[in-house]
Amino acid sequence: MAAKSRNLSIAKRGLMSFETIMWVFTRLSALGMYALILFGIIGALVMGVRNNMNFADVMRWGFMPNVTHVEDTDLADTTPWASPLWKLTASALLIIAVGHGVHGLVVIADDYIATAKGRQVVRIFSGIMILSMIGIGLYLIWTS
Amino acid sequence: MGLTRNVGLMTALRYKGQGPFLTYILHRIGGLGMAVFISVHLLASFISGPGGRLVNNIYQSWIFQIFIFFCVLFHAINGLRITILDLFPKLIPYHRQAITIEWVVFAAVYGFAVFTIIRTGLGG
Repeated sequence: MAAKSRNLSIAKRGLMSFETIMWVFTRLSALGMYALILFGIIGALVMGVRNNMNFADVMRWGFMPNVTHVEDTDLADTTPWASPLWKLTASALLIIAVGHGVHGLVVIADDYIATAKGRQVVRIFSGIMILSMIGIGLYLIWTS
Repeated sequence: MGLTRNVGLMTALRYKGQGPFLTYILHRIGGLGMAVFISVHLLASFISGPGGRLVNNIYQSWIFQIFIFFCVLFHAINGLRITILDLFPKLIPYHRQAITIEWVVFAAVYGFAVFTIIRTGLGG
């Protein structure tokens, strides 16, 4: 079965349809987020976090490396945590996560909204949500 | 339209769904939980002021942290299993074993996270 499908051309497999591209994007963005979260956790260890944060605090930093996420910890100086490197990392994580998450919401909505019109409304809302969440998130990251 | 549910959650878990169906439904609950949390958290931080602080104080409470860590860690670990199986389809026949491994990893990471959250929450 698997060998047969591999002989089909890309066009016949439908790899160029939007839904298939988003299916691949969902998997690859998951790996991308893993890489960025690991980068954040390793960065926290490099910045000498061992004695200032508990496991849950380090993970919260990893999930979104924004300086406001470490303000309640025992860190003496949060300056390195607000560097442009972490703002760029947080921005990349935000953009990938919003794309991954809003597409996930569309997939769930499609299971309950079956009319063409309803699905179109969901897609318009998802576009608005992607743009507004990325806009607000980037503003918060770069002004914190 | 396929919108009529004629199988309840417990029936689905008992019949052929079982473990894989449980991960499917928890993946959705985790994803939805995160989507709602992150949206409201971003808006609350953006609005700030007393209202925004109130919302973010709820989010910082240790009880809420236990809930959101469940959503994030289950979604992340289950998502990694889905990604690995989808990118390496030869492994799909072993998906039940993969789910067992997933639960072991989840229990270890989430258990340790909950332990530290509760210990910090209780002032230790």
